[in-house]
Amino acid sequence: MTAVAIQGVWKFYGDYPALKDISLSVNPGSCLALIGRNGAGKTTLLRILAGLSKTAKGSITILGQDARDENTRRRIGVLGHGIGVYEELSAFENLRLFAKLYGIADPQKIASEWLERTGLERVRDGLVREFSRGMRQRLAVARTFLHNPSVLLLDEPFTALDDRAIAVLQDLLKTALAEGRTIIMSTHQLREALELATGVALINRGKLAFTGPRTREMLEDPAWLYRNYGEA
Amino acid sequence: MNFLRQSLAIAGKDLRSELRSKETVNASLSFALVILLLFSFAFDPGSEQVHEIAGGLLWLVFAFAGTLILNRSFARELVNDCLDALISSPASGAQLFFGKCLANYVLLVVVESACLPVFVIFYNSHWPRQWLLLFLVMLLGTWGITVIGTLFSAMTVNLRLRELMLPTLIYPMLIPALMGAIRLSTLILAGEPIGADDQIWFRLLVAFDIIFTILTLALVEIVLVG
Repeated sequence: MTAVAIQGVWKFYGDYPALKDISLSVNPGSCLALIGRNGAGKTTLLRILAGLSKTAKGSITILGQDARDENTRRRIGVLGHGIGVYEELSAFENLRLFAKLYGIADPQKIASEWLERTGLERVRDGLVREFSRGMRQRLAVARTFLHNPSVLLLDEPFTALDDRAIAVLQDLLKTALAEGRTIIMSTHQLREALELATGVALINRGKLAFTGPRTREMLEDPAWLYRNYGEA
Repeated sequence: MNFLRQSLAIAGKDLRSELRSKETVNASLSFALVILLLFSFAFDPGSEQVHEIAGGLLWLVFAFAGTLILNRSFARELVNDCLDALISSPASGAQLFFGKCLANYVLLVVVESACLPVFVIFYNSHWPRQWLLLFLVMLLGTWGITVIGTLFSAMTVNLRLRELMLPTLIYPMLIPALMGAIRLSTLILAGEPIGADDQIWFRLLVAFDIIFTILTLALVEIVLVG
């Protein structure tokens, strides 16, 4: 069974087709780097996968089930453009809230564990509104991973991260891959993404221009894909 | 049971945030007190006419002040894209919505409870003998405002003119509930008994609350995800 199967997906914003007949599949335990220029449709595709938006045409299954199915959502972790944590709550309260929403048996324990793993245990009771950008990003990473998701959907996860947050995230992603989890991430930071990726999909103006395994030449020259398959 | 647990988690989060920021309760309460004050200048508080429209004045204040709280309900989720984080969690749209309704309801009832004694003082009224009944009407009417207002708060959250759109959309929907609440409140504030003929307004309020609670819970998933 494929982890994520996308079949003939179309999405329109008004009359504008943001996604045109996208079909691709992602195997369990692999990491797909979704690349493309701004406005290519990467975020739209990730939002559909995360169950935040619906397709106009086509179907999507994640771990064999519909993306909006409750069991599916329990098994996916989403890190979008926004960090998805509350300014007026403490770091601990934020993680405990999401642990409760994900039905984790001991939300307090899991929240404390993830604060420690992301180096935020010292500011456990500090309000997020007082956090630096890097601390917020690490908290967002903790929120995304705290329920042990089988599929991770990451929208430009390395953007605006400080060095420490990049190290935390890369470490977590490598561990996740080693544990057989599936990752789909959109990114502009080709070098960081291609180091982790096992496969690459290039979206060009809503159309899938290339999909295949990551090769040595992509790693050596991240612009290679754009030169060969991107728009002129 | 799980439904309620998830909803309570959302409600607890909203109330905790509000307790720390106090942004909507302060705004709503100040607004309500200013309207009460202005109405007391506009109408002669001792006149018989005011006693006849007392329920209407009270519920206008509740409805106006309530929209300030309801407007912020989903708007606060836009900061840091928290709404996306909630929608992508396993909690259903109905659970999120019900949790938000519970939090809004508590905040509205707190503001209304603070306004009631001020209303009695400003309008030279007596504390109603049937105050428990008035409180019951307040609870029923407020639930109606809450469910309709929270649904439309979700619908208008991404609109630039949401502060304007929310009241424009919800007041017409609330007419039946407001009519019932106004009629019953006027009788209670005047110290008159609720006769058999007026029982229908109670039934209307209860029916409105039940029907719109079920409808909104059924529709909210479409509103949130499309």
